[in-house]
Amino acid sequence: MSVDAPVKPALTRGRILIFVLVLILLAGIAIGYTVYAVKREDERLHGGSGTAPGGPPLTLAGAPRLLFRSTESGPGYGHLATVAAADPGGPRTVGERSCDRVYAAGGTAVCLATEGGLTRTGVALVLDADLRQVRRVELAGTPNRARVSASGRMASWTVFVYGDSYASTTFSTRTSILDTRTGELVANLEDFTTTRDGKELRSPDRNFWGVTFTADDNTFYATLSTNTSGRTYLVRGDLGARTMTVLRENVECPSLSPDGTRLVFKKKVSQSTRNPWRLYVLDLASMRETPLAETRGVDDQAIWLDERTVGYALPTGAGAATDVWSVPADGSGAPARLVTGGFSPVPLR
Amino acid sequence: MLSRCRGANAARVGTVTRQPGGCAGVYVSSGRPEAATEAAIGPPGSGVGAVVTGNVIALGLVSLVTDVSSEMVTAVMPVYLVTGLGLTMLQFGFLDGLYSGVTVFLRLVGGHLADRFAARKQVAAVGYGMSAVAKLGLPLVGASVPGIGAVLAADRAGKGLRTAPRDALISLSSGPQAQGRAFGVHRALDTVGAFTGPLVAFAILAAVGTAYDAVFVVSFCVGLIGVAMLVLFVRDHRDPVEHRPGWRDGLGLLRDRSYRRLCVVATVLGLVTVSDAFVYLLLQHRLSIQPHWFPLLPLGTAGVYLVLALPLGRLADRVGRRRVFLAGHGVLLAAYLLLGGPLDGVALLIAVLALHGVFYAATDGVLAAAVGARLPATGRAGGLAVVQTGQAVGRFASSMIFGALWTAWGPAGAIRVLALALAVALLGSALALAGGGRVRGRVRDVR
Repeated sequence: MSVDAPVKPALTRGRILIFVLVLILLAGIAIGYTVYAVKREDERLHGGSGTAPGGPPLTLAGAPRLLFRSTESGPGYGHLATVAAADPGGPRTVGERSCDRVYAAGGTAVCLATEGGLTRTGVALVLDADLRQVRRVELAGTPNRARVSASGRMASWTVFVYGDSYASTTFSTRTSILDTRTGELVANLEDFTTTRDGKELRSPDRNFWGVTFTADDNTFYATLSTNTSGRTYLVRGDLGARTMTVLRENVECPSLSPDGTRLVFKKKVSQSTRNPWRLYVLDLASMRETPLAETRGVDDQAIWLDERTVGYALPTGAGAATDVWSVPADGSGAPARLVTGGFSPVPLR
Repeated sequence: MLSRCRGANAARVGTVTRQPGGCAGVYVSSGRPEAATEAAIGPPGSGVGAVVTGNVIALGLVSLVTDVSSEMVTAVMPVYLVTGLGLTMLQFGFLDGLYSGVTVFLRLVGGHLADRFAARKQVAAVGYGMSAVAKLGLPLVGASVPGIGAVLAADRAGKGLRTAPRDALISLSSGPQAQGRAFGVHRALDTVGAFTGPLVAFAILAAVGTAYDAVFVVSFCVGLIGVAMLVLFVRDHRDPVEHRPGWRDGLGLLRDRSYRRLCVVATVLGLVTVSDAFVYLLLQHRLSIQPHWFPLLPLGTAGVYLVLALPLGRLADRVGRRRVFLAGHGVLLAAYLLLGGPLDGVALLIAVLALHGVFYAATDGVLAAAVGARLPATGRAGGLAVVQTGQAVGRFASSMIFGALWTAWGPAGAIRVLALALAVALLGSALALAGGGRVRGRVRDVR
């Protein structure tokens, strides 16, 4: 036998025995931990005394209310729920439908959900005023942002895509716009022509997210970012012409006020990964920015509760729990907690 | 007795090793390996020493299991990070460039340490172990961006450390005629893992719902099973203890003209190889593929790679590894031409994915086989690390360049420019490698 000869494997009875023991031990740990984690997760999300689904069915019509995703621990976790706009801290009505993110306006709702089963597909569901499914679009990634135009005609959503390719670990977003009247779907905003200072932007790694529509159902605002720069930009888009124009730097997740004059957005104010953003309002006529009184980092596409107040969700410390907060849109006042155990708020007017 | 037989000559690069017949197997060490090879084991194809050993299969299974472990995590990362971190990840885009750098550097370190202490198995085990433990780090660091960054860095570092020693073990476990098929077997098993991992992850996710930490713990356990397989069933190659190769010996390898040329050729061809992400992006641009089909494109490439890794490895052993390596890049050129040409629709999709898979099957393991056969046993991990690093650095630079080309001239213009560059590089490489053969006056040197 030569040491230089092709090496033989060390398949001896003793080693096989050790391997089988290691295998049993590791399989035991894996199975045991999985069982424990499933129980713990179920207890955390559903074990509490939150409101159970039931009562009158949820609709988009009727008295002014706030629609949101309930994150109270209990049987209604993850379900859509409403509270009276005049008494948001009061009792909630919890519906049957579960969504990861929701938005509604003009009698149309968009519900981004993750359907169970082996592959856990993300879906965008277009719902009518009675929250019945009108259309279902399969998503290529994890649901992230959703919007509907004030008229209820245009719907948009953003998903997160990770590892687009065999060996890569980059992130990207994919933003789609659906015309619910014609059924036409723009699957990816990256297909639009985007210009900055009159020049066409052709970087292959550009990403868009967080669309907000104007009243004409054609013009919209959104965020643009390129992976290489890490910066974000505000773009104004023209759906019919399939174009977008860069307006301003460091504007993310814009949300247009009901009167169409202002955008509330998150601005990156720090390189810290803990608290990088602050909510600002941009006046579109003067392009003047005003910081809002909320000093905690908000990672949300805020909404307008009325012309003077914006709302958003913030995590409440542990786990998946989030609360809905509001703050005046002119920089004055202080944040106030509207709903304990809520996410993705939408005013139903 | 055997170490005596091998002597110090074999450990030094560039020294002609002419061993008596009794020292069969010292075929890989010197600047003129053919002499010893022919004397010892006869012409290629004779079957002697051409068997894929159990060690190679064990290493392939280790890679398979490890791939299952890491693909599981890859499959759940998007949901996990979005629920935990939201858009922060995109904002801080910390994932790519820096970690490629870490991997490249540690690959050289891993190769060097493995050679220096003749501890290929140990270094590989540390690398596999690091990646396994990193999986457990994910639930521990929670939603902290630097924490997740550090964990992913540790995972990549483990991958960087283990690659060269593992490939050296594969190479050392196989006879010179079997290098191509040994790497073919290993890469095929590796790719099976890449297919299985996401399926296992989806099955677990269906059971655990939002308890992502269960996926990480299972991934950790699977990773440890891989480490146990390596420790228990893979046997390292024993080297003579007298010689401890240092950095200087590593550099000395480059004195071998043939090896040096392979390094240069691998780097230059890497420089004109577009990253996978761009290939799929180009396909998406040309075909407007439905977004939910997009994640399946890489499986097309991987499927072809899986099926052809072994047959092309065998072919490389028979007709010459450098020839197959160059031909693989010729296939890549054909894929580029299709991407920049008039063909459209499903035909384009299938053709490009098939060609891309053939390219991988004809180049990835084959390069390691071509290089491995030329390196001394004591310098094999380091030597493999250098050539693979050259290729990786070339590809990294190519991504930057291609991104800039795309921005300037659009996708079609960029791929045409790259096709031209690849054609030129391929021609140059063919001349360089053939030239090496002619200098020696040996036709078979092209292998």
